Amino acid sequence: MILARVVGTVVATRKDERLLGSKFLLVRTIDPRGKDEAGYLVTVDTVDAGFGDRVLVVSGSSARMASGLKDSPVDAAIVGVVDTIEVKD
Amino acid sequence: MFLARVVGTVVASRKDPGLEGTKLLVIQPLRPDRTPAGKPLVAVDSVGAGESEEVFYVRGREAALPFLPAEVPTDAAIVGIVDHWNTT
Repeated sequence: MILARVVGTVVATRKDERLLGSKFLLVRTIDPRGKDEAGYLVTVDTVDAGFGDRVLVVSGSSARMASGLKDSPVDAAIVGVVDTIEVKD
Repeated sequence: MFLARVVGTVVASRKDPGLEGTKLLVIQPLRPDRTPAGKPLVAVDSVGAGESEEVFYVRGREAALPFLPAEVPTDAAIVGIVDHWNTT
């Protein structure tokens, strides 16, 4: 899983029917110390994350194991809101 | 599967029900000479790994398999603690 920060929302009226009701968030990847990295991802939020939250993103086919996403055409899902990250120097 | 070192821990109270009770570790992928190979990531531990230990981990859909029959939504899982490796 990768660490990311929620930087925005994505709204799409016309979409795959299996995506109806999903909440899309735009996230920017961060390193374990919280520093921004270059990548941005559109993710489906399953844990009610909010703007600015640091989150755990599961990618690839594993994203469909997040709750409610079985058989959904998604490859990135937010599965946790991070409280703390401890990294050894 | 890939070599890595455990470099940290992540705590997340609000998470997918499938992640309840799991241990989330920050790991740094390693080359055989122990230099970093790419960026750190977060993996679910299935073997009781701890800080600073060298491990190997599996990526992708298979990362959920160590936890069956539980369905853990993860794309990276630590599946072994390395005693040592050799390259010739």
